[in-house]
Amino acid sequence: MGKITVYFENKPYVVDDDLTILEAAKICGYNIPNLCTWKKGRCSVASCRVCLVKVEGERRLVPSCAYPVRDGLKVFISDPAAVVARRTSVELLLSNHSLSCQTCRKNGKCELLEVSKRVGAEPEKYIGEKTPVTLDFLAPGLTRDTSKCILCGRCIEACKDTQGIGILGFEKRGFNTFVGPSENRSFNNVPCIQCGQCTLVCPTGALMEHNEIDKLDQAFAEGKYVIVQTAPAVRAAIGEEFGELIGTKSTGKMVAALHRLGFYRVFDTNFAADLTITEEANEFVHRVITRTPGPMITSCSPGWVNYLEYYYPELIPHLSTCKSPHEMMGAIIKSYYAEKHGIDRSKICVVSIMPCTAKKYEKERPENSVDGIKDVDVVLTTRELGQLIRRSGIQWKKLPDEEFDDDLIGDYSGAGVIFGVTGGVMEAAVRTAYYILTNHELEPIEFAPCRGLQGIKEAELTILGNKYNIAMASGMKNAKVLLEQIKKGECKYDFIEIMGCPGGCVNGGGQPYVYPVFLENEDDNIQDTYIQKRANVLYEEDRGRKIRRSHQNPDIKTLYKDYLGEYGSPLAHKLLHTHYNNKREKYPDDPSKEP
Amino acid sequence: MHLRKEAVDIIKNICKKYKDEPSPLMLVLSDTQKEYGYIPLEVQEVISEELNIPVSDIYGVVTFYSFFSLTPKGRYVIGVCLGTACYVKGGQNILDKFSELLKIKPGQTTEDGLFTLDALRCIGACGIAPAISINGKVYPKVTLSQVQTIIDEYRKKDKEG
Repeated sequence: MGKITVYFENKPYVVDDDLTILEAAKICGYNIPNLCTWKKGRCSVASCRVCLVKVEGERRLVPSCAYPVRDGLKVFISDPAAVVARRTSVELLLSNHSLSCQTCRKNGKCELLEVSKRVGAEPEKYIGEKTPVTLDFLAPGLTRDTSKCILCGRCIEACKDTQGIGILGFEKRGFNTFVGPSENRSFNNVPCIQCGQCTLVCPTGALMEHNEIDKLDQAFAEGKYVIVQTAPAVRAAIGEEFGELIGTKSTGKMVAALHRLGFYRVFDTNFAADLTITEEANEFVHRVITRTPGPMITSCSPGWVNYLEYYYPELIPHLSTCKSPHEMMGAIIKSYYAEKHGIDRSKICVVSIMPCTAKKYEKERPENSVDGIKDVDVVLTTRELGQLIRRSGIQWKKLPDEEFDDDLIGDYSGAGVIFGVTGGVMEAAVRTAYYILTNHELEPIEFAPCRGLQGIKEAELTILGNKYNIAMASGMKNAKVLLEQIKKGECKYDFIEIMGCPGGCVNGGGQPYVYPVFLENEDDNIQDTYIQKRANVLYEEDRGRKIRRSHQNPDIKTLYKDYLGEYGSPLAHKLLHTHYNNKREKYPDDPSKEP
Repeated sequence: MHLRKEAVDIIKNICKKYKDEPSPLMLVLSDTQKEYGYIPLEVQEVISEELNIPVSDIYGVVTFYSFFSLTPKGRYVIGVCLGTACYVKGGQNILDKFSELLKIKPGQTTEDGLFTLDALRCIGACGIAPAISINGKVYPKVTLSQVQTIIDEYRKKDKEG
């Protein structure tokens, strides 16, 4: 890699020689309007034509996203023809767009709208026929509205390259082209894991989480005991919805906002994370004692569970039977908590604030209910929580820091907090499994091999002279590598943690969008660093907790002593464990479920 | 719908044949269309598994090229040319007439599985416009009154086996 000189508007700049004009311009202080800089590297499609610039010596305007720099290159961004061409490109995109910005929930975070403003596009400059529209609101996790799609292909890349799945693709040709699952099916009728990584990259409102705020409103209107719980990763990102820098810890303000929104109790899902660890570590120890072959795999991530059911059903016996933490929390609220307070369990509405779209699907699974009553009633993403707070006129910056409610199930350990980042569940499980096997605490408590954002991590752990191999993977592309090893009988691991989204829940499909165009106060490389910055928030909170081991959580101890009995007791099994479906059809023939 | 084992074998064999090609998908789809007659989602799933290409990619290619079909074609595939010359000479009227008499839209197949009606872009027979082709046989300078006769001819042919 060498250095070269390029000229923007006749001013010389020295840049690396392996960049595109778009990348070089950004470094030199020019944000060329575009719709593709959602990740490092070149735009693979160069189809939107929004970033056209004039290059001296070129007969035509060139797309800066796909044009490499060279020494002496002279680029003119403000060339009159380029200015007009960029505006026309956007106006043509808008000519086939629903233009429903007033009611679109993406407004404020819509890159298309932002680019339109910047280039000064007239929304109805070109009026004519529009491509037939598909609306899919059937899947609990995700929605698709093709009237807002600009065919940029970012979601296709996210699904295929980031996750290694490939549910979304271009269909048909020419004017009739649209993006969707095969046969234009609903996300419900294809092997989509509803992880929501596609929603994180969609520049418009075409792909979004399935909004459930109306369900919450209904529960309040019916006078239910509306109890809210928040996942660990939410506190690491909710501040971003209100202009905080990425990596700002917002636990206190988030709790304060939830108190002001009228929830009966505000709990932390981390309590249930501690419960999950207690059950899961015991399940692991049981497998060790009974010499059950092959690795045990964690089951906290519903996107991951979907993946296993669809693509590797034969490996389901390796999956822990523990429900995911928020489902455990719901089950405990509607049993232990309700009984202790004499509340009718059917009058409770459990709301989970999650960084996740797959959790919306997960709560609908019939297995996640006890005696016909669902464990969790409503799942809102971090983004929807932002919407809820804005709707109520709560001023984020004026919120004080408040504590979670201390009421039977309010305490949580640092081990629960780190669930939100890849490797966290494993680190928490190691802390507790070590104690169960040895009756001593693991020191030092922080287990470095579990940390870091690599797609696959592995470590060796020696307990009482026995060696255990553990591995952690995040993102389905990485999980697949480990699953193939198990399938071929070449897997050396005893315990594996798998998270559906790359980096874990801090980068979940329901987290705030990270679009550089809206993040002028962040560093240029924010897309490479935001996951680590959010993860650091959780590690910091872990360090600050007095209790950092799940088995030491006093509320957990009381729960077992007063209610559940032993680990893995029949009642614990009824409330906290689940089973899986090894006969999930990838493409079910059910026309009633078509969009 | 589940594929018969024989069908799966046919498709797997086609995939095997082209597995080492740098870009096997078009070759596989082309052979599958010829041997199996059409490429429904179930067939695409088998190809996806064999070639390790996502179904959505395959579906995209199948719906991009009009040569590939998602539904079974009729025994007789009527292609009405709508290239410039044929269109000027009334190709669209010929297509509409077939559509009216067979009670199907272009791209569809009659319920008895006998006819599929397709609209084609130039088939290179501009000198004899408007032209149609049925299973490769080209009919020159087709008039509206001929359409019923042509259909009857094939119905008769089918009965005689």
